[in-house]
Amino acid sequence: MRIGASAPLTGPQAHLGKDNENGTRMAIDDANAKGVMIGGRKARFELISEDDQADPKTATIVAQKLVDNKVSGVIGHMNSGTSIPASKIYNDNGIVQISPSATAVNYTAQGFKTTFRVMANDAQQGHVLGEFATKNLAAKNIAVIDDRTAYGQGLADEFIKAAQANGAQIVAHEYTNDKAMDFTAVLTAIKGRKPDLLFYGGMVPQGGPMAKQVKALALNLKFMTGDGGYTPEFITLAGDAAEGAYASLPGVPLDKMPGGKEFEKRFVAKYGAIQLYAPYCYDAVNIMIAAMQKAGSVDPVKYLPALVGTSYDGVTAKIQFDEKGDLQGGAITVYQVQGGKWQPLETLGAIAPAAH
Amino acid sequence: MEIFLQQIVNGLVQGSVYALVALGYTMVYGILGLINFAHGEVVMIGAMLALSSLTAMLGWGVPPLLAVLLSMVLAMLGCMVLGYSIERIAYRPLRHAPRLAPLITAIGVSIVLQNLAMMIWGREYHSFPQLIANNTHTVGGAIINDIQIIIFILALAIMAGLMVVVHRTRLGRAMRAVAEDQHAAQLMGVDINRVISITFMLGSAMAAIAGVMVSANYGLAHYYMGFLLGLKAFTAAVLGGIGNLRGAMLGGLLLGLIESLGAGYIGDITGGFLGSNYQDVFAFFVLITVLVFRPSGLLGERIAERA
Repeated sequence: MRIGASAPLTGPQAHLGKDNENGTRMAIDDANAKGVMIGGRKARFELISEDDQADPKTATIVAQKLVDNKVSGVIGHMNSGTSIPASKIYNDNGIVQISPSATAVNYTAQGFKTTFRVMANDAQQGHVLGEFATKNLAAKNIAVIDDRTAYGQGLADEFIKAAQANGAQIVAHEYTNDKAMDFTAVLTAIKGRKPDLLFYGGMVPQGGPMAKQVKALALNLKFMTGDGGYTPEFITLAGDAAEGAYASLPGVPLDKMPGGKEFEKRFVAKYGAIQLYAPYCYDAVNIMIAAMQKAGSVDPVKYLPALVGTSYDGVTAKIQFDEKGDLQGGAITVYQVQGGKWQPLETLGAIAPAAH
Repeated sequence: MEIFLQQIVNGLVQGSVYALVALGYTMVYGILGLINFAHGEVVMIGAMLALSSLTAMLGWGVPPLLAVLLSMVLAMLGCMVLGYSIERIAYRPLRHAPRLAPLITAIGVSIVLQNLAMMIWGREYHSFPQLIANNTHTVGGAIINDIQIIIFILALAIMAGLMVVVHRTRLGRAMRAVAEDQHAAQLMGVDINRVISITFMLGSAMAAIAGVMVSANYGLAHYYMGFLLGLKAFTAAVLGGIGNLRGAMLGGLLLGLIESLGAGYIGDITGGFLGSNYQDVFAFFVLITVLVFRPSGLLGERIAERA
């Protein structure tokens, strides 16, 4: 049986997309090695990986290709901007889609029965970040930049709502795109408004250099971004300007999870350092297989009803879907760069998984 | 005022980067009438080569300053070989084909180089080491650092150098002759293959310099970095008048300034109706306006036509 996967394997986010593919591949290799039994027969899984280039148009083409290849389910896509247009095609063809990392609220709000994700959404994440910025960091005047993608814009909007609800002023809201490298113009415009915190809604290829340019332009403020910035690359790209920056990641820190440490060790041995979403892909595959085992079938028509109600102790969290396909009680952890490393500060709203 | 000055500095730095890359586009176009869409990729390969040789040399204990200069030379040599090969393999066989064929080939070369770089250097972002102290200076409240000043001066110097080569040397005369009429030049004893090869090698060496400067300024190198840069630089070249060296410089600086002032003030000017998300729209709006009223660009004329 085939499992489809889609993420950007070329373009500025290719390193993240490849990380997703590796996480998915590892779960499938593990399942094949274990010899998973589905409906009394030993199942053999095959991965079909497609490149969506982080582009909404390409995502729909790739989705159709996966449908034509008769996959039993899809792990993907990586971005909200690609997951949302692709979800209609999967839904029309009755194929289960579990995104490891699409966090836009809209993704599961379309009324599709086939749409799931294993990560807390942007409403939850933006809310936590907005509260953290105003309550823990006492930010009063906040500037926001977003990259105008479904993810970046959605996260920034939720952040703004939470920050304003807690009494902060949004003194500037500027924009960039997911291919830009130079932010000096918008940062200079922001400098004139004298904010004490800058929030960036977007991914690491922009977030890292942006933090560097914040320092180069001598903006005196705290830098904060979402899960798209929580990668080792952020620190590489921003250099010493990364120190003190904040980011969030849905889920519990990997080393606090029962299976996390072991997963990390095996993953690093096989593919090198985890970039970002590989553990979520690993969990996405496993919850899919768990539902297949429960239903005794790899046919999406049969195992789809079993997905809601199946629970699985993953490496990132206890995976359990609600009626909409969202993760139940998704935890969010806020991290800070300290001494050149991301260090967890606080985890909010977690359901602790049972020990393995 | 401080903010305005800083936006001007931002624009000039960004514009110099565009100009450095645009010079390569415009030179090849001026001589051959070919838009070498792979030029942005050569810029990227230049940065990658410099990064790899830099890392290797630092590992062998070469002093930082020497390592920086040597890696820059290596990147230039590497890109010259690459530029020569691209012309020899991809463009020369198509020299007499309809114009669309080499254009599509150029896009093909660009994709091949991008994927090749992805296979060699991987998909991840490489941080470009900062080895020489990069001092910052404050001029009237605006902040500028050494690398940015070097980029600006380098862009001007390379433009001047190319003008001298094209207008004052034997090679330059041959280039202008080839640009004007390849057949006539050949009949007059100009080895046109050699001239075109040298043009590509010169353009590629400049691309390598541009790549190193861009990477040093932003502190990163990535296999995809050449794409958007190439596109913007191409826009700058067209804005200034493609084929014209001074035009490339002017177009680059103008595009940089339009972008930074546009992004910085569009919100204030329109009362928040349009934001900095219209930054690129601003730049391309100016481009379209110029092309409508001056289809050959601001200083439009090919290198040869000014001889």
